[in-house]
Amino acid sequence: MRPDLSVLLLTTLIGAGQGLYLALVTVQVYALFGLLPAQDGRAFFAPGSAIALVLLVTGLAASFFHLGRPERAWRSAAKWRTSWLSREVIVLPAFIGLVFVSGVAHFLHYGPVLAELPSGIPVDATVVLGLVGTVLAFALFLCTGMIYASLPFLREWASPFTVVNFTLMGGASGFTLAAAFSVWTAPSLTPFLAAWALILTLLAFAGRLASLVRNAKLRPKSTLQTAIGIKHPRIVQTSQGFLGGSFNTREFFHGRSRGFLRSIRWLFPVAAFAIPAALLAAFVAGAGAVLLPVAAVVQYAGLLAERWFFFAEANHPQNLYYQAIG
Amino acid sequence: MTQLALVIDLNVCVGCQACVTSCKQWNTSGSAGPLADFNPYGADPTGTFFNRVQTFEVGEYPNTQTVHFPKSCLHCEDPPCVPVCPTGASYKRATDGIVLVDYDKCIGCKYCSWACPYGVRELDEERKVMTKCTLCVDRIYDTALPEAERKPACVLACPTSARLFGDIHDPASAVSEAIRKNAGYPLMPEWGTKPSNHYLPRRKTAVRIHEDELVRSDNPLKIDGLLPKPAKAEPSLDDVTSW
Ligand code: SF4
Ligand code: SF4
Repeated sequence: MRPDLSVLLLTTLIGAGQGLYLALVTVQVYALFGLLPAQDGRAFFAPGSAIALVLLVTGLAASFFHLGRPERAWRSAAKWRTSWLSREVIVLPAFIGLVFVSGVAHFLHYGPVLAELPSGIPVDATVVLGLVGTVLAFALFLCTGMIYASLPFLREWASPFTVVNFTLMGGASGFTLAAAFSVWTAPSLTPFLAAWALILTLLAFAGRLASLVRNAKLRPKSTLQTAIGIKHPRIVQTSQGFLGGSFNTREFFHGRSRGFLRSIRWLFPVAAFAIPAALLAAFVAGAGAVLLPVAAVVQYAGLLAERWFFFAEANHPQNLYYQAIG
Repeated sequence: MTQLALVIDLNVCVGCQACVTSCKQWNTSGSAGPLADFNPYGADPTGTFFNRVQTFEVGEYPNTQTVHFPKSCLHCEDPPCVPVCPTGASYKRATDGIVLVDYDKCIGCKYCSWACPYGVRELDEERKVMTKCTLCVDRIYDTALPEAERKPACVLACPTSARLFGDIHDPASAVSEAIRKNAGYPLMPEWGTKPSNHYLPRRKTAVRIHEDELVRSDNPLKIDGLLPKPAKAEPSLDDVTSW
Protein backbone atom coordinates (compact mmCIF):
# COMPACT_ATOMS: atom_id res chain seq x y z
CA MET A 1 0.00 0.00 0.00
CA ARG A 2 1.10 3.56 -0.62
CA PRO A 3 1.95 5.34 2.62
CA ASP A 4 0.04 8.61 2.45
CA LEU A 5 1.65 11.34 4.52
CA SER A 6 -1.71 12.59 5.79
CA VAL A 7 -2.53 9.17 7.22
CA LEU A 8 0.96 8.74 8.68
CA LEU A 9 0.55 12.07 10.47
CA LEU A 10 -3.00 11.34 11.53
CA THR A 11 -2.27 7.99 13.16
CA THR A 12 0.99 8.99 14.83
CA LEU A 13 -0.18 12.40 16.08
CA ILE A 14 -3.47 11.26 17.54
CA GLY A 15 -1.73 8.22 19.06
CA ALA A 16 0.71 10.53 20.87
CA GLY A 17 -2.15 12.84 21.88
CA GLN A 18 -4.13 9.93 23.32
CA GLY A 19 -1.06 8.62 25.13
CA LEU A 20 -0.29 12.05 26.58
CA TYR A 21 -3.83 12.44 27.84
CA LEU A 22 -3.71 8.96 29.38
CA ALA A 23 -0.47 9.94 31.12
CA LEU A 24 -2.18 13.01 32.60
CA VAL A 25 -5.09 10.92 33.86
CA THR A 26 -2.68 8.38 35.31
CA VAL A 27 -0.96 11.12 37.27
CA GLN A 28 -4.29 12.43 38.47
CA VAL A 29 -5.52 9.03 39.63
CA TYR A 30 -2.24 8.25 41.41
CA ALA A 31 -2.44 11.65 43.11
CA LEU A 32 -6.04 10.98 44.08
CA PHE A 33 -4.89 8.01 46.13
CA GLY A 34 -1.98 9.95 47.53
CA LEU A 35 0.63 7.95 45.63
CA LEU A 36 2.00 11.01 43.86
CA PRO A 37 2.10 14.66 44.89
CA ALA A 38 -1.06 16.46 43.74
CA GLN A 39 -0.56 18.81 40.80
CA ASP A 40 -2.09 22.15 40.17
CA GLY A 41 -4.66 22.12 37.41
CA ARG A 42 -3.49 25.35 35.84
CA ALA A 43 0.23 24.61 36.01
CA PHE A 44 0.22 20.97 34.92
CA PHE A 45 -3.06 19.49 33.66
CA ALA A 46 -4.28 22.44 31.59
CA PRO A 47 -1.06 22.91 29.57
CA GLY A 48 -0.74 19.13 29.22
CA SER A 49 -4.28 18.92 27.86
CA ALA A 50 -3.48 21.80 25.53
CA ILE A 51 -0.51 19.93 24.05
CA ALA A 52 -2.65 16.80 23.63
CA LEU A 53 -5.28 18.95 21.97
CA VAL A 54 -2.76 20.42 19.53
CA LEU A 55 -1.58 16.92 18.58
CA LEU A 56 -5.13 15.64 18.11
CA VAL A 57 -6.34 18.61 16.13
CA THR A 58 -3.25 18.61 13.91
CA GLY A 59 -3.82 14.92 13.25
CA LEU A 60 -7.47 15.54 12.44
CA ALA A 61 -6.52 18.40 10.14
CA ALA A 62 -3.95 16.20 8.37
CA SER A 63 -6.59 13.55 7.76
CA PHE A 64 -8.60 15.96 5.65
CA PHE A 65 -5.80 15.97 3.09
CA HIS A 66 -6.45 12.28 2.56
CA LEU A 67 -9.98 12.96 1.33
CA GLY A 68 -10.90 13.76 -2.23
CA ARG A 69 -13.93 15.73 -1.07
CA PRO A 70 -13.09 17.09 2.39
CA GLU A 71 -16.08 19.43 2.33
CA ARG A 72 -18.34 16.37 2.64
CA ALA A 73 -16.43 14.86 5.55
CA TRP A 74 -19.43 15.30 7.87
CA ARG A 75 -21.19 12.55 5.96
CA SER A 76 -18.70 9.99 7.17
CA ALA A 77 -20.38 9.61 10.56
CA ALA A 78 -23.35 7.92 8.90
CA LYS A 79 -22.39 4.25 8.80
CA TRP A 80 -21.04 3.68 12.30
CA ARG A 81 -22.97 0.41 12.45
CA THR A 82 -20.72 -1.26 9.90
CA SER A 83 -17.66 0.89 9.28
CA TRP A 84 -14.71 1.29 11.65
CA LEU A 85 -13.72 4.40 9.75
CA SER A 86 -17.09 5.91 10.54
CA ARG A 87 -16.67 4.96 14.19
CA GLU A 88 -13.30 6.67 14.28
CA VAL A 89 -14.83 9.74 12.72
CA ILE A 90 -17.27 9.87 15.65
CA VAL A 91 -14.90 8.96 18.49
CA LEU A 92 -12.06 11.29 17.47
CA PRO A 93 -14.04 14.57 17.70
CA ALA A 94 -15.73 13.29 20.86
CA PHE A 95 -12.32 12.67 22.41
CA ILE A 96 -11.02 16.05 21.24
CA GLY A 97 -14.06 17.72 22.78
CA LEU A 98 -13.53 15.89 26.04
CA VAL A 99 -9.83 16.79 26.22
CA PHE A 100 -10.82 20.41 25.64
CA VAL A 101 -13.50 20.40 28.33
CA SER A 102 -11.31 18.65 30.86
CA GLY A 103 -8.41 21.04 30.13
CA VAL A 104 -10.73 24.02 30.64
CA ALA A 105 -12.08 22.52 33.88
CA HIS A 106 -8.53 22.11 35.17
CA PHE A 107 -7.62 25.63 34.09
CA LEU A 108 -10.62 27.13 35.91
CA HIS A 109 -10.10 24.87 38.90
CA TYR A 110 -13.65 23.78 38.34
CA GLY A 111 -14.09 20.64 40.40
CA PRO A 112 -17.36 20.08 42.23
CA VAL A 113 -17.19 16.84 44.18
CA LEU A 114 -19.53 14.41 42.45
CA ALA A 115 -19.02 11.34 44.57
CA GLU A 116 -17.02 10.01 47.43
CA LEU A 117 -15.17 6.73 47.54
CA PRO A 118 -15.85 4.44 50.55
CA SER A 119 -12.45 5.43 51.90
CA GLY A 120 -13.56 9.04 51.94
CA ILE A 121 -11.58 10.20 48.91
CA PRO A 122 -13.58 12.84 47.03
CA VAL A 123 -14.11 12.29 43.29
CA ASP A 124 -14.48 15.62 41.56
CA ALA A 125 -15.62 16.52 38.06
CA THR A 126 -12.11 16.53 36.57
CA VAL A 127 -11.55 12.94 37.70
CA VAL A 128 -14.84 11.83 36.13
CA LEU A 129 -13.92 13.65 32.92
CA GLY A 130 -10.53 11.95 33.01
CA LEU A 131 -12.12 8.52 33.31
CA VAL A 132 -14.53 9.19 30.44
CA GLY A 133 -11.54 10.43 28.44
CA THR A 134 -9.68 7.22 29.22
CA VAL A 135 -12.54 5.16 27.82
CA LEU A 136 -12.67 7.36 24.72
CA ALA A 137 -8.90 7.17 24.24
CA PHE A 138 -8.97 3.38 24.28
CA ALA A 139 -12.04 3.35 22.04
CA LEU A 140 -10.13 5.53 19.61
CA PHE A 141 -7.13 3.19 19.61
CA LEU A 142 -9.54 0.35 18.89
CA CYS A 143 -11.22 2.20 16.00
CA THR A 144 -7.94 3.32 14.42
CA GLY A 145 -6.46 -0.16 14.64
CA MET A 146 -9.59 -1.91 13.41
CA ILE A 147 -9.74 0.27 10.29
CA TYR A 148 -6.70 -1.71 9.19
CA ALA A 149 -7.18 -4.97 11.06
CA SER A 150 -10.68 -5.49 9.68
CA LEU A 151 -9.56 -5.93 6.06
CA PRO A 152 -9.03 -9.71 5.87
CA PHE A 153 -7.05 -9.84 2.63
CA LEU A 154 -4.53 -7.25 3.77
CA ARG A 155 -3.02 -10.03 5.80
CA GLU A 156 -0.14 -8.02 7.25
CA TRP A 157 -2.79 -5.87 8.95
CA ALA A 158 -5.47 -8.42 9.73
CA SER A 159 -4.26 -9.45 13.16
CA PRO A 160 -4.83 -8.41 16.78
CA PHE A 161 -1.25 -7.06 16.72
CA THR A 162 -2.48 -4.07 14.73
CA VAL A 163 -4.82 -2.84 17.47
CA VAL A 164 -2.50 -3.81 20.34
CA ASN A 165 0.52 -2.16 18.74
CA PHE A 166 -1.33 1.05 17.82
CA THR A 167 -2.31 1.26 21.49
CA LEU A 168 1.15 0.48 22.83
CA MET A 169 2.97 2.78 20.41
CA GLY A 170 0.54 5.63 21.05
CA GLY A 171 0.89 5.07 24.77
CA ALA A 172 4.68 4.93 24.61
CA SER A 173 5.03 8.13 22.57
CA GLY A 174 2.47 9.91 24.78
CA PHE A 175 4.18 8.93 28.03
CA THR A 176 7.61 9.87 26.69
CA LEU A 177 6.18 13.22 25.72
CA ALA A 178 4.58 13.57 29.17
CA ALA A 179 7.91 12.81 30.83
CA ALA A 180 9.61 15.49 28.73
CA PHE A 181 6.79 17.94 29.45
CA SER A 182 7.01 17.31 33.20
CA VAL A 183 10.66 18.37 33.24
CA TRP A 184 9.37 21.94 33.02
CA THR A 185 6.01 21.70 34.73
CA ALA A 186 6.32 19.07 37.47
CA PRO A 187 9.87 17.77 37.96
CA SER A 188 8.75 15.64 40.90
CA LEU A 189 6.73 13.50 38.50
CA THR A 190 9.42 13.03 35.87
CA PRO A 191 10.95 9.79 37.19
CA PHE A 192 7.48 8.24 37.49
CA LEU A 193 6.48 9.21 33.95
CA ALA A 194 9.85 8.24 32.50
CA ALA A 195 9.59 4.80 34.10
CA TRP A 196 6.15 4.24 32.59
CA ALA A 197 7.37 5.54 29.24
CA LEU A 198 10.23 3.04 29.37
CA ILE A 199 7.88 0.15 30.20
CA LEU A 200 5.46 1.09 27.41
CA THR A 201 8.27 1.61 24.90
CA LEU A 202 9.65 -1.84 25.68
CA LEU A 203 6.17 -3.41 25.41
CA ALA A 204 5.58 -1.65 22.10
CA PHE A 205 9.00 -2.85 20.94
CA ALA A 206 8.08 -6.43 21.78
CA GLY A 207 4.65 -6.15 20.16
CA ARG A 208 6.01 -4.63 16.98
CA LEU A 209 8.81 -7.16 16.67
CA ALA A 210 6.29 -9.96 17.17
CA SER A 211 4.15 -8.58 14.35
CA LEU A 212 7.25 -8.25 12.11
CA VAL A 213 8.04 -11.91 12.74
CA ARG A 214 4.44 -12.89 12.09
CA ASN A 215 4.29 -10.96 8.84
CA ALA A 216 7.59 -12.34 7.63
CA LYS A 217 6.08 -15.82 7.87
CA LEU A 218 2.92 -15.01 5.92
CA ARG A 219 2.34 -16.93 2.74
CA PRO A 220 0.01 -15.24 0.26
CA LYS A 221 -3.46 -16.75 0.05
CA SER A 222 -4.24 -15.16 -3.27
CA THR A 223 -2.08 -16.04 -6.24
CA LEU A 224 -2.24 -15.38 -9.95
CA GLN A 225 -3.94 -18.78 -10.17
CA THR A 226 -6.84 -17.76 -7.95
CA ALA A 227 -6.82 -14.22 -9.35
CA ILE A 228 -7.68 -15.34 -12.87
CA GLY A 229 -8.91 -18.83 -12.01
CA ILE A 230 -6.53 -20.82 -14.17
CA LYS A 231 -4.78 -23.82 -12.75
CA HIS A 232 -1.24 -23.74 -14.01
CA PRO A 233 1.98 -23.27 -12.07
CA ARG A 234 3.40 -20.82 -14.59
CA ILE A 235 1.32 -17.74 -15.33
CA VAL A 236 2.84 -14.39 -16.20
CA GLN A 237 1.08 -11.19 -16.98
CA THR A 238 2.06 -9.71 -20.30
CA SER A 239 -0.27 -6.72 -20.16
CA GLN A 240 -2.18 -4.97 -17.41
CA GLY A 241 -4.34 -3.43 -20.07
CA PHE A 242 -2.79 0.01 -20.40
CA LEU A 243 0.56 1.68 -20.93
CA GLY A 244 0.31 4.55 -18.46
CA GLY A 245 -0.55 4.69 -14.79
CA SER A 246 -3.89 4.41 -13.07
CA PHE A 247 -5.33 4.69 -9.59
CA ASN A 248 -4.55 1.01 -9.13
CA THR A 249 -0.87 1.36 -9.99
CA ARG A 250 -0.46 4.32 -7.62
CA GLU A 251 -2.58 3.68 -4.55
CA PHE A 252 -1.46 0.13 -3.81
CA PHE A 253 2.31 0.25 -4.36
CA HIS A 254 4.82 2.05 -2.16
CA GLY A 255 6.94 2.91 -5.19
CA ARG A 256 10.31 2.48 -3.47
CA SER A 257 13.00 -0.12 -3.94
CA ARG A 258 13.23 -3.31 -1.93
CA GLY A 259 16.44 -2.01 -0.43
CA PHE A 260 14.71 1.12 0.80
CA LEU A 261 11.97 -0.99 2.38
CA ARG A 262 14.54 -3.20 4.04
CA SER A 263 16.49 -0.28 5.43
CA ILE A 264 13.34 1.24 6.93
CA ARG A 265 12.58 -2.13 8.50
CA TRP A 266 15.89 -1.89 10.36
CA LEU A 267 15.71 1.81 10.99
CA PHE A 268 12.29 2.19 12.59
CA PRO A 269 12.71 -0.24 15.52
CA VAL A 270 15.94 1.52 16.39
CA ALA A 271 14.50 5.02 16.20
CA ALA A 272 11.06 4.33 17.63
CA PHE A 273 12.00 1.93 20.40
CA ALA A 274 15.69 1.17 20.98
CA ILE A 275 17.09 4.71 21.18
CA PRO A 276 14.18 6.16 23.19
CA ALA A 277 14.29 3.19 25.56
CA ALA A 278 18.03 3.66 26.05
CA LEU A 279 17.58 7.38 26.71
CA LEU A 280 14.70 6.78 29.12
CA ALA A 281 16.67 4.08 30.92
CA ALA A 282 19.65 6.39 31.18
CA PHE A 283 17.45 9.05 32.73
CA VAL A 284 15.91 6.59 35.17
CA ALA A 285 19.45 5.55 36.07
CA GLY A 286 20.32 9.13 36.90
CA ALA A 287 21.37 10.92 33.71
CA GLY A 288 20.24 14.47 32.91
CA ALA A 289 16.64 15.39 32.12
CA VAL A 290 17.72 16.87 28.78
CA LEU A 291 17.58 13.32 27.43
CA LEU A 292 13.79 13.23 27.67
CA PRO A 293 12.86 15.80 25.00
CA VAL A 294 15.44 14.15 22.76
CA ALA A 295 13.82 10.78 23.39
CA ALA A 296 10.37 12.19 22.56
CA VAL A 297 11.53 13.70 19.26
CA VAL A 298 13.49 10.62 18.16
CA GLN A 299 10.59 8.36 19.09
CA TYR A 300 8.09 10.41 17.13
CA ALA A 301 10.32 10.38 14.05
CA GLY A 302 10.78 6.64 14.51
CA LEU A 303 7.05 6.11 14.71
CA LEU A 304 6.57 8.03 11.47
CA ALA A 305 9.02 5.58 9.87
CA GLU A 306 7.17 2.72 11.56
CA ARG A 307 3.88 3.88 10.07
CA TRP A 308 5.48 4.26 6.65
CA PHE A 309 6.66 0.68 6.87
CA PHE A 310 3.28 -0.48 8.17
CA PHE A 311 1.70 0.69 4.94
CA ALA A 312 4.51 -0.23 2.58
CA GLU A 313 4.71 -3.75 3.95
CA ALA A 314 1.02 -4.49 3.32
CA ASN A 315 0.66 -6.31 0.04
CA HIS A 316 -2.77 -5.92 -1.51
CA PRO A 317 -4.04 -8.86 -3.60
CA GLN A 318 -5.08 -6.43 -6.33
CA ASN A 319 -1.39 -6.00 -7.09
CA LEU A 320 -1.49 -9.40 -8.76
CA TYR A 321 -3.45 -7.79 -11.57
CA TYR A 322 -0.97 -4.94 -12.08
CA GLN A 323 2.38 -6.56 -12.77
CA ALA A 324 3.25 -5.73 -16.36
CA ILE A 325 2.87 -2.50 -18.25
CA GLY A 326 1.60 -3.15 -21.73
CA MET B 1 -34.17 -12.01 -5.76
CA THR B 2 -32.40 -10.81 -8.83
CA GLN B 3 -28.62 -10.64 -9.19
CA LEU B 4 -27.56 -9.10 -12.43
CA ALA B 5 -24.07 -10.03 -13.55
CA LEU B 6 -21.72 -10.52 -16.45
CA VAL B 7 -20.41 -13.87 -17.56
CA ILE B 8 -17.16 -13.55 -19.44
CA ASP B 9 -16.07 -16.31 -21.75
CA LEU B 10 -12.27 -16.54 -21.70
CA ASN B 11 -12.57 -19.13 -24.42
CA VAL B 12 -13.59 -16.61 -27.02
CA CYS B 13 -12.26 -13.27 -25.76
CA VAL B 14 -9.67 -12.09 -28.28
CA GLY B 15 -8.46 -9.10 -26.26
CA CYS B 16 -9.60 -6.52 -28.81
CA GLN B 17 -10.44 -3.91 -26.11
CA ALA B 18 -13.78 -3.10 -27.77
CA CYS B 19 -15.55 -3.46 -24.41
CA VAL B 20 -13.03 -1.12 -22.79
CA THR B 21 -13.60 1.66 -25.29
CA SER B 22 -17.38 1.29 -25.47
CA CYS B 23 -17.53 1.26 -21.66
CA LYS B 24 -15.45 4.40 -21.49
CA GLN B 25 -17.47 6.08 -24.21
CA TRP B 26 -20.82 5.35 -22.59
CA ASN B 27 -19.80 6.09 -19.04
CA THR B 28 -17.84 9.25 -19.75
CA SER B 29 -20.80 10.70 -21.65
CA GLY B 30 -23.50 10.14 -19.06
CA SER B 31 -25.11 12.50 -16.60
CA ALA B 32 -22.94 11.11 -13.78
CA GLY B 33 -19.97 13.09 -15.11
CA PRO B 34 -16.83 12.32 -17.11
CA LEU B 35 -14.25 9.64 -16.48
CA ALA B 36 -11.31 11.96 -16.56
CA ASP B 37 -8.12 11.40 -18.55
CA PHE B 38 -4.91 13.26 -17.82
CA ASN B 39 -2.00 13.62 -20.26
CA PRO B 40 -3.70 11.33 -22.77
CA TYR B 41 -0.98 12.10 -25.33
CA GLY B 42 1.81 12.95 -22.90
CA ALA B 43 4.58 10.97 -21.31
CA ASP B 44 2.65 9.67 -18.34
CA PRO B 45 -0.99 9.20 -19.31
CA THR B 46 -3.54 8.21 -16.72
CA GLY B 47 -7.29 7.93 -16.63
CA THR B 48 -10.32 6.32 -15.09
CA PHE B 49 -11.77 3.17 -16.61
CA PHE B 50 -14.44 0.81 -15.31
CA ASN B 51 -13.21 -2.08 -17.38
CA ARG B 52 -9.72 -3.25 -18.24
CA VAL B 53 -8.66 -6.10 -20.49
CA GLN B 54 -5.46 -7.71 -19.34
CA THR B 55 -3.34 -10.41 -20.93
CA PHE B 56 -1.71 -13.38 -19.29
CA GLU B 57 0.55 -16.03 -20.69
CA VAL B 58 -0.13 -19.47 -19.27
CA GLY B 59 2.42 -22.25 -19.59
CA GLU B 60 5.93 -22.46 -20.97
CA TYR B 61 6.91 -22.04 -24.59
CA PRO B 62 6.00 -23.81 -26.84
CA ASN B 63 3.02 -24.98 -24.78
CA THR B 64 1.60 -21.56 -24.05
CA GLN B 65 -1.85 -20.10 -24.10
CA THR B 66 -2.46 -16.38 -24.28
CA VAL B 67 -5.42 -15.57 -22.10
CA HIS B 68 -7.14 -12.23 -22.45
CA PHE B 69 -8.83 -11.34 -19.24
CA PRO B 70 -11.43 -8.55 -18.99
CA LYS B 71 -11.85 -7.27 -15.46
CA SER B 72 -14.47 -4.96 -13.97
CA CYS B 73 -16.42 -4.82 -10.72
CA LEU B 74 -17.77 -8.30 -10.04
CA HIS B 75 -20.86 -7.06 -8.15
CA CYS B 76 -20.10 -9.42 -5.31
CA GLU B 77 -23.04 -10.94 -3.48
CA ASP B 78 -21.19 -10.30 -0.23
CA PRO B 79 -19.26 -7.17 -1.19
CA PRO B 80 -16.54 -6.25 1.33
CA CYS B 81 -16.39 -2.76 -0.19
CA VAL B 82 -19.87 -1.80 1.01
CA PRO B 83 -19.88 -2.13 4.83
CA VAL B 84 -16.56 -0.27 5.18
CA CYS B 85 -17.84 2.87 3.46
CA PRO B 86 -18.28 5.47 6.21
CA THR B 87 -20.82 7.58 4.32
CA GLY B 88 -23.08 4.96 2.81
CA ALA B 89 -22.06 6.17 -0.66
CA SER B 90 -21.20 2.58 -1.62
CA TYR B 91 -24.25 0.38 -1.57
CA LYS B 92 -25.71 -2.76 -3.04
CA ARG B 93 -29.17 -2.51 -4.54
CA ALA B 94 -31.61 -5.00 -3.07
CA THR B 95 -33.69 -5.08 -6.25
CA ASP B 96 -31.05 -6.26 -8.73
CA GLY B 97 -27.84 -6.75 -6.76
CA ILE B 98 -25.87 -4.02 -8.57
CA VAL B 99 -23.16 -2.44 -6.38
CA LEU B 100 -23.11 1.31 -6.92
CA VAL B 101 -21.39 4.45 -5.63
CA ASP B 102 -23.46 7.54 -4.94
CA TYR B 103 -21.15 10.20 -6.37
CA ASP B 104 -22.94 12.91 -4.40
CA LYS B 105 -22.19 11.27 -1.06
CA CYS B 106 -18.69 9.89 -1.63
CA ILE B 107 -15.96 11.77 0.23
CA GLY B 108 -13.12 10.11 -1.70
CA CYS B 109 -11.57 8.44 1.32
CA LYS B 110 -10.55 5.40 -0.82
CA TYR B 111 -11.30 2.97 1.99
CA CYS B 112 -13.64 0.92 -0.23
CA SER B 113 -10.89 0.47 -2.80
CA TRP B 114 -8.65 -0.93 -0.07
CA ALA B 115 -11.46 -3.30 0.87
CA CYS B 116 -11.93 -4.69 -2.66
CA PRO B 117 -9.50 -7.54 -3.34
CA TYR B 118 -9.91 -7.23 -7.12
CA GLY B 119 -8.65 -3.69 -7.72
CA VAL B 120 -11.64 -2.62 -9.78
CA ARG B 121 -12.51 0.63 -8.04
CA GLU B 122 -10.78 3.71 -9.40
CA LEU B 123 -10.80 7.14 -7.84
CA ASP B 124 -11.61 9.68 -10.52
CA GLU B 125 -8.87 12.27 -10.25
CA GLU B 126 -11.03 15.07 -11.53
CA ARG B 127 -14.24 14.50 -9.62
CA LYS B 128 -12.33 13.12 -6.61
CA VAL B 129 -14.90 10.42 -5.99
CA MET B 130 -14.71 6.64 -6.22
CA THR B 131 -15.98 5.19 -9.48
CA LYS B 132 -16.57 1.72 -10.79
CA CYS B 133 -18.66 -0.40 -13.14
CA THR B 134 -22.40 0.26 -12.79
CA LEU B 135 -23.47 -2.56 -15.12
CA CYS B 136 -24.72 0.38 -17.19
CA VAL B 137 -27.58 0.89 -14.80
CA ASP B 138 -28.48 3.93 -16.91
CA ARG B 139 -28.98 1.76 -20.01
CA ILE B 140 -30.46 -1.51 -18.91
CA TYR B 141 -33.73 -0.01 -17.61
CA ASP B 142 -34.02 2.74 -20.22
CA THR B 143 -37.32 2.14 -21.96
CA ALA B 144 -36.40 4.72 -24.60
CA LEU B 145 -33.89 2.23 -25.96
CA PRO B 146 -34.97 -0.69 -28.11
CA GLU B 147 -35.28 -3.81 -25.98
CA ALA B 148 -32.24 -5.48 -27.56
CA GLU B 149 -30.04 -2.54 -26.58
CA ARG B 150 -30.95 -2.57 -22.88
CA LYS B 151 -27.68 -4.23 -22.04
CA PRO B 152 -24.34 -2.95 -20.75
CA ALA B 153 -22.33 -1.14 -23.41
CA CYS B 154 -19.49 -3.67 -23.19
CA VAL B 155 -21.84 -6.57 -23.93
CA LEU B 156 -23.17 -4.85 -27.03
CA ALA B 157 -19.68 -4.02 -28.25
CA CYS B 158 -18.10 -7.45 -27.91
CA PRO B 159 -17.54 -8.81 -31.42
CA THR B 160 -17.12 -12.41 -30.25
CA SER B 161 -20.02 -12.52 -27.79
CA ALA B 162 -17.57 -13.21 -25.00
CA ARG B 163 -19.74 -11.19 -22.62
CA LEU B 164 -23.14 -12.38 -21.48
CA PHE B 165 -25.43 -10.36 -19.26
CA GLY B 166 -28.32 -11.53 -17.13
CA ASP B 167 -29.69 -12.68 -13.80
CA ILE B 168 -27.55 -15.38 -12.25
CA HIS B 169 -30.25 -16.13 -9.67
CA ASP B 170 -32.67 -17.21 -12.37
CA PRO B 171 -31.73 -20.81 -13.15
CA ALA B 172 -33.28 -20.55 -16.60
CA SER B 173 -31.33 -17.46 -17.67
CA ALA B 174 -28.69 -17.69 -20.38
CA VAL B 175 -25.99 -16.66 -17.88
CA SER B 176 -26.96 -19.33 -15.35
CA GLU B 177 -27.02 -21.92 -18.08
CA ALA B 178 -23.62 -20.80 -19.36
CA ILE B 179 -22.15 -21.04 -15.86
CA ARG B 180 -23.69 -24.46 -15.32
CA LYS B 181 -22.82 -25.98 -18.65
CA ASN B 182 -19.36 -24.50 -19.07
CA ALA B 183 -18.01 -24.65 -15.55
CA GLY B 184 -18.21 -20.92 -14.90
CA TYR B 185 -16.15 -19.88 -11.88
CA PRO B 186 -15.70 -16.82 -9.62
CA LEU B 187 -12.39 -15.01 -8.97
CA MET B 188 -10.47 -15.34 -5.69
CA PRO B 189 -13.07 -17.53 -3.97
CA GLU B 190 -10.79 -17.62 -0.91
CA TRP B 191 -12.16 -14.32 0.42
CA GLY B 192 -15.82 -15.31 0.54
CA THR B 193 -16.95 -12.28 -1.45
CA LYS B 194 -19.16 -14.43 -3.70
CA PRO B 195 -18.56 -12.50 -6.93
CA SER B 196 -21.62 -12.40 -9.17
CA ASN B 197 -19.63 -12.07 -12.38
CA HIS B 198 -18.34 -15.43 -13.50
CA TYR B 199 -15.69 -16.49 -15.97
CA LEU B 200 -15.98 -19.37 -18.40
CA PRO B 201 -12.72 -21.28 -18.75
CA ARG B 202 -10.78 -22.20 -21.86
CA ARG B 203 -12.31 -25.35 -23.29
CA LYS B 204 -12.55 -27.45 -26.40
CA THR B 205 -14.43 -25.45 -28.97
CA ALA B 206 -17.66 -27.10 -29.99
CA VAL B 207 -19.29 -26.24 -33.28
CA ARG B 208 -22.83 -25.14 -32.67
CA ILE B 209 -25.17 -26.18 -35.48
CA HIS B 210 -28.58 -24.62 -35.65
CA GLU B 211 -31.64 -26.34 -37.07
CA ASP B 212 -31.84 -24.04 -40.08
CA GLU B 213 -28.28 -24.89 -40.99
CA LEU B 214 -29.22 -28.56 -41.31
CA VAL B 215 -32.34 -27.98 -43.29
CA ARG B 216 -31.78 -25.98 -46.44
CA SER B 217 -34.55 -23.55 -45.80
CA ASP B 218 -33.83 -21.78 -49.07
CA ASN B 219 -34.39 -24.88 -51.16
CA PRO B 220 -37.41 -24.08 -53.34
CA LEU B 221 -38.07 -27.72 -54.12
CA LYS B 222 -38.79 -28.44 -50.51
CA ILE B 223 -41.65 -26.03 -50.39
CA ASP B 224 -43.71 -28.15 -52.75
CA GLY B 225 -42.80 -31.33 -50.96
CA LEU B 226 -42.46 -32.90 -54.41
CA LEU B 227 -39.31 -34.78 -53.75
CA PRO B 228 -38.83 -37.53 -51.15
CA LYS B 229 -37.47 -36.40 -47.74
CA PRO B 230 -35.02 -38.99 -46.45
CA ALA B 231 -34.17 -39.25 -42.74
CA LYS B 232 -31.43 -36.89 -41.56
CA ALA B 233 -28.81 -39.59 -41.31
CA GLU B 234 -29.40 -40.82 -44.84
CA PRO B 235 -27.49 -39.38 -47.78
CA SER B 236 -29.21 -36.65 -49.70
CA LEU B 237 -28.70 -35.44 -53.22
CA ASP B 238 -29.38 -32.02 -54.64
CA ASP B 239 -32.42 -31.93 -56.90
CA VAL B 240 -33.18 -35.55 -56.05
CA THR B 241 -34.21 -35.30 -52.43
CA SER B 242 -35.76 -32.52 -50.38
CA TRP B 243 -32.95 -31.68 -47.97
S1 SF4 C 1 -15.58 -6.55 -7.18
FE1 SF4 C 1 -14.78 -5.18 -5.61
S2 SF4 C 1 -15.90 -3.27 -5.92
FE2 SF4 C 1 -17.05 -4.85 -6.98
S3 SF4 C 1 -18.57 -5.56 -5.46
FE3 SF4 C 1 -16.79 -6.93 -5.30
S4 SF4 C 1 -15.53 -6.04 -3.69
FE4 SF4 C 1 -16.99 -4.45 -4.34
S1 SF4 D 1 -14.22 6.51 -1.26
FE1 SF4 D 1 -16.40 7.09 -1.27
S2 SF4 D 1 -17.50 5.19 -1.70
FE2 SF4 D 1 -15.42 4.62 -1.06
S3 SF4 D 1 -15.53 4.26 1.16
FE3 SF4 D 1 -14.93 6.41 0.89
S4 SF4 D 1 -16.88 7.54 0.88
FE4 SF4 D 1 -17.40 5.37 0.56
